[in-house]
Formats: sequence, C-alpha cells, structure tokens
Amino acid sequence: MENELKVEKVQPSKEELDVKRTKQIQKVVKIVVTTFTYVFLVLVAISVLFPFYWMLNSSLKSLAEYKWTKPSFFPHTVIWANYASAYTTANLGDLFIHTLYVGLLSTLLSLVITVLSAFAFARLEFKGKNAMFALLLATMMIPGELFTITNYATVYRFGWQNTFAALILPFLVSVFYIYLLRQNFLQIPNELYLAAKVDGTSDFKYLLKVMIPLALPTLISITILKMMGAWNSYIWPRLVANDDAHQMITNGLRSAFTTTDGQTDIPVQMAAVAIVSAPLFLVFLFLRKYIMKGVSRSGIKG
Amino acid sequence: MVDGKQQWKGWVYLLPALILLAIFTFWPIVNTIYMAFANGYSSLGNAGGDAVYEFGIENFKKVIQYKNFLNCLKNTCLLCVITVPVSTLLALLISVALNSIKFLNRTLQTIYFLPYVTNSIAIGMVFAMMFNIVGTYNNPITVGIVNNLIEALGGTAVNWINAGSSYWANMAVMIIYIVWNALPFKILILLGGLQSINKQYYDAAKIDGASRSTILWRITVPLLSPMIAYVVITGFIGGFKEYTSIVGVFGDNMGPAGAKGRLNTIVGFIYDQLSNDWYGRASAAALILFLIIFAVTMVNMYVSKKRVHY
Repeated sequence: MENELKVEKVQPSKEELDVKRTKQIQKVVKIVVTTFTYVFLVLVAISVLFPFYWMLNSSLKSLAEYKWTKPSFFPHTVIWANYASAYTTANLGDLFIHTLYVGLLSTLLSLVITVLSAFAFARLEFKGKNAMFALLLATMMIPGELFTITNYATVYRFGWQNTFAALILPFLVSVFYIYLLRQNFLQIPNELYLAAKVDGTSDFKYLLKVMIPLALPTLISITILKMMGAWNSYIWPRLVANDDAHQMITNGLRSAFTTTDGQTDIPVQMAAVAIVSAPLFLVFLFLRKYIMKGVSRSGIKG
Repeated sequence: MVDGKQQWKGWVYLLPALILLAIFTFWPIVNTIYMAFANGYSSLGNAGGDAVYEFGIENFKKVIQYKNFLNCLKNTCLLCVITVPVSTLLALLISVALNSIKFLNRTLQTIYFLPYVTNSIAIGMVFAMMFNIVGTYNNPITVGIVNNLIEALGGTAVNWINAGSSYWANMAVMIIYIVWNALPFKILILLGGLQSINKQYYDAAKIDGASRSTILWRITVPLLSPMIAYVVITGFIGGFKEYTSIVGVFGDNMGPAGAKGRLNTIVGFIYDQLSNDWYGRASAAALILFLIIFAVTMVNMYVSKKRVHY
C-alpha cells in the first residue's frame, strides 16, 4: 500500500518481488471486496424498494390480471380507474381534509407553545425553573399508553368524543420538542441578548426577531415531524373520533379495506395505499435534509 | 437579573404548556396509578354514581392470570428479542458497506431512508398483499409475489397470513416487516456515527496490517458503540410498544382469519381492556409495560456502561 518501504537496489531482490506480488494480491482483494459490497448494497436497495414497486404495479392492474397465476411485472393493461374508485371507496377526499385540518392546527399551536416554553427555559430566570425542566424531562420516559387511558376518560368526561379538540389538544405539548428547541436557543450567544437589552428591546421582540429566525431549521424539522405524525396517527383517533365527520386518513384507509381473506379488490386497495403514501414521499423528496436532521436527533416517529 | 417582574414573566411564557401538561400528562400519571390499584375499577362501575373502591393489586392479578395477556407478552417479547438484534446487525453491515463506497453513496442513502417516511398501516397492507394467497391455500388462484419467488427458487408456497396459517409463518411476516421498517432509523444513526470516526485509527490499523474483519470488530464497532447502544435501547423501547405494524398487516383482528388475537401485543391488550371499560386492568397493564420498558432500559444502560467506549 502507500506506506511500504522503498528498497533501493539495482537487482530486483526477492523482497522486491514479494512486495510486487502482495501489491497485486491486495489489488485483486480490493476489487473483489468492492464488488461484493456493491452487490450487497444493491440487493438491500432492491428489497427496500420492492414493496413500493409492487404496490404501484398492483395498483394499476385489473383485479383479473392481479389474480394471474404468473404475476405480471408490469400491468398488461393499465387501469387508472383504480385510483378514482379508491378515492371514492375510501372517501379519501374528506379524510384528507380532516387530516390536513388537524395536522395544520396542531402544528401551528404546538409551535407557539413550544417556542414560548423553550424561550422561558433557555433565556428567562425564575425560581423553580430547573426543577420544572427536570420534571418535564422525567415524563419523557413514560410510555404514551399510560397517558392514553386517562386521556380517553378525560375526553369523554369533557364530552369531546368525535370532536377535533379531542384529536388536537392532548398531544399539543411535546416535551421533547421543548427540549430540542431549548438546546438550540441556548446556543445563541448571550451577548446578543444583553446587547438587545441595552438597546431596550423587549424579551418578546427579541424572541421574535432574533431567536426564531436563528432556530428556523429546528422549527422546520418540528413542523414536518408533527405533520407526519398527524398523517400517520391511528390509535388515538380510533379511540376518540372515528365518525365520518372526523375520521383521519389512516383510520379510513384501514377500515375501508379490512378483510385479509382475499375478498377485497386488491388493486383498488393498493391505489388507495399509494394515494396515502404519495404526500409523504413528496415531503421527503423536497425536505429530506430537515427530516433526516430532525429524526437523527429525536429518534421518534411523528 | 432576577427581579420580581422576571419571576412572573417566566411562568407566563410557560403557562399554555403547563395547563395542557397538567390535564393531559401529569393528571394521567396520578390517575392511572390510582385506577391500577383500585380493585375492579371500570367506567361502567362509575356510571351509576360514586363507586367506592378498595385498594389492592387485584387488577394486576387479573391481568397476569389472563391467558390472553401472557400470549400478548410472549408475542411482544419474541418480536423484540428477534427484530432488535437482526435489524441492528443488518443496519451495521449496511452502514459500514455504505461508508466504504463513494459512487452511488447519496442515492443509496436516500433509498434506505425511504421506509421511514411511510405510514406503517398503509405499508403493512402492502406487505399483507405480497404474502397474501388469493383463493385458499389448498386451492389457490394466485399465491402472492413472495410465494411466486419461493416457487421460482424451487421451494413450495407457504401459507403466510391466510386462514389456517401457522403461528411462525405469521411471526415471520411480522419480523420481516418490522425489520424492514426499523432499518432506516438505525442506518441513519450508525452512518452518522461512522462519519465522525477519526480516519487516523484506520490508517494506524492499516500500517499494522490489520485485516478487514479485525478493523470492523476491533476499531469500528467499539468506536461506534455509543450509537449502537442508542439504537438498541430505542429499538427495545419501540419494540415493546409494537402494535400498529401488526394492525397494518393483519387488521384490527390482530391475527389471521380464524385465529383472532393470536398476534396481539401488550399495547393491543391495553386497548382491548380499555374498549371493554376495564380501566383498572388497562392501567395495570400499562404500568406493567412501563416497568418492563424501564427494566430493559436499565439493563441496556448497565451493559453499555460496561461495554461502551466513549
């Protein structure tokens, strides 16, 4: 390799020949290893992509073609109508609007609450601040199911069953996002804050004009993860708001096609799945950087 | 800096968060513990008026005596014990391989992350379709693409998820789906860790003539151990809360036709109790889940303290 000794002799010695041979062997080994690496990586990529490919492929077939004993790897006749009937069968338009409404409203409110709390924990001084922060962090260890039982009872006591409030309010405050944003706020140098104070800027104005712009990438990550959370939520909506006027998209998708015994029109089902998956892919395509950044720091789904 | 006005201000900024947390986080902790220890607590019992409960561990006893609960516990533990090591090891191999190449690196990285940005119910339905037999196992119309592949390789079709399928066939489908779903996050974290390892270690190892496997197990893995510990711990925490991926593949029945609830998990058990108005038992089961997760996390932390090199 690069660091082998240079042997300076007129006649090629045995050692020199050895070095040459080892070099050749290493070259061959390197080619073999690289080939093997690529084969492995491409195989993994194929297994990752295959379900998506098969979903699209199946979604464009007729039911009769789907039932062929030898499957076709591309639809023989492309049936775009599957998408139209998926849209009406699962009532996707209404589901989409409900989900968007819940997603946007909860993201917006959640951002306001998170920013205010993170600012208090990062910049303001008050008694009990550290104790309060520790208490909040401690709740992160508790699995969500423990809260769900009482929250379910609470929602019913408030008479909130089948309302958007039941879908939005219980999950508005995320301790993790407060923590994330506080860390981000703390990185903004203190001098900036003191300078603003000297200039007579109020805390709120400083938060609005300096801290929020500087923490924008984190806020974008939070927004995306929160929207994805609304899009993928299933358990809680099923418990508290599963009527036609409030049903969320995942619940609608699952309940519109429930049988697993082969009686469902699978191409139409797959068209519905493709429609539900499409927005997530579009968001991923354009905002990949923020999603991956947010995820690598949070380790949570939605 | 701390004056009266500041004191007051901090709490004002926190107020919206604290009100919501009080209702939806702090109160549930207190109330769930109360319900778990109130013998026979149920929402139906409350409906008549002021029900008076004795305190004890009857709910816990009832939960543990359920055959159903033990089945859920078994399923959850099996899925955890199998999928976490498998996905971690696979993610490690993929990350190391990915980190060693330049050409196609970005593209492959993007592809591997795709399963993360999916809806686990929706893609569960895709997996169900891929393993699904149209018709019956003995008289199939089409056996599904996975069985097609098996047959093309000379095997015989397996009844994966349809009526009459075996427990382990069902589990195999769930394991494949869960691993497929768990890989992106693990690859992202491990790859991030790999990129931050100082190249000097590798140069030194090369000079010493270390083999590739020695470099992997003696340099990469130890230096990566904090990230490995992180993905294992979060993997176990997520694994014990497994639920929606099974709903995705098998539907609310949590099992193939004719074997309802066979693949149910602890979280599924909690929701079953909840929808049957047994709030006390649901709370007891949730506390058991919390204790399991807590214990497993502690064990993981203890092991990593001994083994992780920082």
